[in-house]
Amino acid sequence: MIPASFEYLAPTSLADALSALAEAGDEGKVLAGGQSLLPVLRMRLNAPEKVIDLGRIEELRGIREDGDHLVIGAMTTHADVAASDLVWEHAAVLADAAAEVADPQIRHRGTIGGALVHADPAGDLGAPVLALDAEFVIAGPGGERTVAAADFFVDLFETAVEDGELLTAIRIPKHTGWGGHYEKFVRVAHQWSIVAVAAAVRVEDGAIAEAKVGLTNMGSTPLRAAAVESALVGRSTGDLGDACSAAADGTNPPSDLNGDAEYRKHLATVLTKRAVLAAAGG
Amino acid sequence: MSVSPDALVEIAEEVQDQQPEDSGSGREIGNRRLRKEDQRLITGRTKWTDNIVLPGMVHLAMVRSPFAHARITGIDTSAAAEAPNVIGVYTAADFPEGLGVCANAWPITPDQVTPDHLPMVGERVACAGEIVAVVAARSAAEARDAAELVDVDYDELPAVLDGMEALKDEVLAHPDKGTNKSAFWKLDSAEAGTGGNVDEAVAAAREDGIVIEREYRQQRLVPAFMEPRSTVVDPTGEQVTMWTSTQVPHILRFLIAATTGMPESKVRVIAPDVGGGFGGKLQTTPEEFITLAVARRLGKPAKYTETRSESLLSAHHGRDQYQKLTLSATKDGTVTGLKVDLVANLGAYVAIVGGGVPVLGAWMFNAIYKFPAYQFNCQTVLTNTTWVDAYRGAGRPEATYAIERIMDELAAEVGVDPLEIRERNWIKHEEFPFTSVAGMVYDSGNYEAATARAKELFGYDELRAEQKARRESGDPVQLGIGVSTFTEMCGLAPSRVLGQLSYGAGGWESASIRMLPTGKVEVITGTSPHGQGHETAWSQIVADRLGVPFEDVEVLHGDTQVAYKGLDTYGSRSLVVGGEAVVRAADKVIEKAKAFAAHLLEANADDLEFSGGRYAVKGTDKGIGITEVALATFASHNYPEDLEPGIDADATYDPVNFSFPHGTHLCAMEVDTETGASRMRRYVCVDDIGHIINPLIVEGQIHGGLVQGIAQALWEEAVFDDNGTLVTGSFVDYTLPTAADTISFVTENTTSPSTTNTLGTKGVGEAGTIASTPAVVNAIVDALRDRGINDIQMPCTPHRVWSAIQGAGGAMATPAEGQPHFHEDAPTNADPGTTGEGSAQ
Repeated sequence: MIPASFEYLAPTSLADALSALAEAGDEGKVLAGGQSLLPVLRMRLNAPEKVIDLGRIEELRGIREDGDHLVIGAMTTHADVAASDLVWEHAAVLADAAAEVADPQIRHRGTIGGALVHADPAGDLGAPVLALDAEFVIAGPGGERTVAAADFFVDLFETAVEDGELLTAIRIPKHTGWGGHYEKFVRVAHQWSIVAVAAAVRVEDGAIAEAKVGLTNMGSTPLRAAAVESALVGRSTGDLGDACSAAADGTNPPSDLNGDAEYRKHLATVLTKRAVLAAAGG
Repeated sequence: MSVSPDALVEIAEEVQDQQPEDSGSGREIGNRRLRKEDQRLITGRTKWTDNIVLPGMVHLAMVRSPFAHARITGIDTSAAAEAPNVIGVYTAADFPEGLGVCANAWPITPDQVTPDHLPMVGERVACAGEIVAVVAARSAAEARDAAELVDVDYDELPAVLDGMEALKDEVLAHPDKGTNKSAFWKLDSAEAGTGGNVDEAVAAAREDGIVIEREYRQQRLVPAFMEPRSTVVDPTGEQVTMWTSTQVPHILRFLIAATTGMPESKVRVIAPDVGGGFGGKLQTTPEEFITLAVARRLGKPAKYTETRSESLLSAHHGRDQYQKLTLSATKDGTVTGLKVDLVANLGAYVAIVGGGVPVLGAWMFNAIYKFPAYQFNCQTVLTNTTWVDAYRGAGRPEATYAIERIMDELAAEVGVDPLEIRERNWIKHEEFPFTSVAGMVYDSGNYEAATARAKELFGYDELRAEQKARRESGDPVQLGIGVSTFTEMCGLAPSRVLGQLSYGAGGWESASIRMLPTGKVEVITGTSPHGQGHETAWSQIVADRLGVPFEDVEVLHGDTQVAYKGLDTYGSRSLVVGGEAVVRAADKVIEKAKAFAAHLLEANADDLEFSGGRYAVKGTDKGIGITEVALATFASHNYPEDLEPGIDADATYDPVNFSFPHGTHLCAMEVDTETGASRMRRYVCVDDIGHIINPLIVEGQIHGGLVQGIAQALWEEAVFDDNGTLVTGSFVDYTLPTAADTISFVTENTTSPSTTNTLGTKGVGEAGTIASTPAVVNAIVDALRDRGINDIQMPCTPHRVWSAIQGAGGAMATPAEGQPHFHEDAPTNADPGTTGEGSAQ
């Protein structure tokens, strides 16, 4: 289908992008890979006057180490995240989740920043970055600020990124030596997650020393399964017992063609157990 | 595993190596020829309708109703008309003489209720997506922009969406008709004299025997062909030319003439390369009639190409039936009677063969079995939903699903293996030809052979043993085995039979062969391929028959000016009927050329033998090639005085019977009882489709067909909300599978040739789709039957399977420790090298 016509801007620096965004005001929309935006435009669910493409801004791309953090540029593609040795070493659950996003074509176009700011609760990257206590670097006319993951996801399709601002990078505390696994449940391979669970686990002497668990599509934002995280500590990886049974506590999942809320809550407990076992190498 | 470009090159080279080398010298029939049409079809660098650009062409955009049922109280086109580069905005009122009619060609009863299906409506819309206005502009983008400016006022009316609701006649899809019931059609074996009385059989079984009653649901599906529909009309010149993405150029030309009043001789329809149809392009569509009308009104070429969203909503849908079966049997599982009651949802209008599709099931519910008594009742109903018509299999998948599901239920009731209950009831190979209880004469078949081979390839006994072990250990992953021993009727159709059914056309097919002076051969076929590979298969047939090189044969099709006579492609008819016409045309060429050969060789025609493309005088080394004869008749310097110079020939073939492919499909499914997810473990099918022209094409048809049938079992369903809005209006929600969702199938063939055509072929285009759906659902139910579960409604989503498990008393008392034990060796499609494994053709 054909989108309504719009002006296409392709700045090559962050500064130019911010001023283009400021100038466009309410009429501007940011293109950061476009794997969600373009279908929206093509189906005419949105008709911005200006589309500001961040694809040519080199400084927003790439993965690097910064002390005890990993820094992933917002315009890094899912494929690059999934193929990064650095990410596998220090944030394995994120690499695993990036490898599960949609299909290969989308993983080579879509970006981590685009997906996170789009904030679809069924998107695959929110749960792992939330679980890993990532920080979000946001640039705006007044300079740069950093927001904790817990404060970043506000609601359905809504984040802490305000009008006129751009997400530039995601800073992830290194989880070196942690196991990570993203357990995604779908009916067909390229589908949005019905439910998915991101688990990062540190194992010492056959027992879980620390665990972090994020949930995908169990509410209007990615969620932490805090009760599970504390219940897991000290458990033997060979016997999780009922540590995962509270995975759906406090969640408010949607009901749709793929399943009702009750089913999703059940899935969350089953998938959490599987994700934790896989992350723990079990 | 990912496939690198280098690997693809290697695969391509490997396939190249498999090409038969001996062209023209050996037998072409049976060769694994790569399809000659594939390079252009796969790269897309070809004449897809949307690729056609004509000078001065305008582009159209449709304005469609968002409501399922509404009265139109006003249409304001003024803002759209003033939009940039808009040339015209039209509503139904602008065409007082009408735009033609989307006709129903098969009224199944004389009193069928058939609402007028007009391409554009002005007063009332009867389903979402109906067209109320059209915009013509200089570009497609400007047409789309302007279409959004057309302001239509609607008064919403109550809508009826579900077939069973429609039956109550409380809310009417078409209030002026007074009822939603379109037609009732019945076949009773006692009345027809083909069998006993089913009510007596059921009554007797209730006294002393087994009676099984089940209700099954055929969900609504979307054909979802790869190329969206597109139409280009050029009204300039003496004839109006329409290029359109259709399966039925000949039928379309006839119906344009019949419903618009245009002389048929002034209409040329061309189906250029067409990207799939699956039945979804055998309609004459509103969009075709509107594009024709606007182009003629403006005197300019016009193009309309639908969006995928429009396609999902407005190209016809498939299936949507409620099925009720009553099966009676003796205590040992010998079936004594079958009664079928159908309610078929036709949607808002009776589409071209919409009413007839469920009726085709009448001859198929009895399947491969010797049922002594049978009754089939079909009620068609109208609703405020997208019209429903043929979708790959058309009537046979519905019937096959229901009978193969209920035969499993009978096996469970009797307590025997599902294959054993089938063998107890099926037609033995020595009993062919066999007249079925529905009155069909099955000419050939061997169910024993196909089943024995399938069991062997499948590892049936081993998988049964594993199933038992998983049950006994309480494994959260249970294994089920599904059986489907199907048959179908192909080769639509003997014209006399169609006449008895009040079908609006015949079932013959036409072919012509032109022997060009340079030795090349043109074959003109009335079939209209849209991905099937007719160009390759017909070339193989003609190369063999005439003894000319495969490369020298060109197949022309899909243009009513070139292939002036034909009935097109659907119902697995093209090879069985159209291929036979090609054979007969070739035989006429051989016979005609023989007289010229005799003259040129100065021999008696009776002394000539034709073999390998050459006429030889028996007992001598004298001879002449058929292509030399073609050149000689072109020059015509020397030919028999009593003959016309020329050896070209036409043939029209009307089949004497249908053909009856069959096969045994075995499917193993692993069901994760903790999540309800089902995973395919193994799929084996042994199909008997008679003789095979090209094994590669057959494998492609089987593999693709299987996935479409599996998709009905597991993934696909078109869903409307309570307002009649299509919820599954994009591929986000209409979960079409991709290669990543399937495993590598094992396909083989047994051969009992059809006795009613020269080549002994039976048809294969729909076999996989018909057979696979019940195999998959039977496997899932089999995995869970020990919990008291005897049905899961399609598609068997994880949610539905999990809910059934909960309803049956839950899964494991405590969640299992550790990861679920899926079998990890199932062959996946990640490695293209394994596709076709186990094939021995």
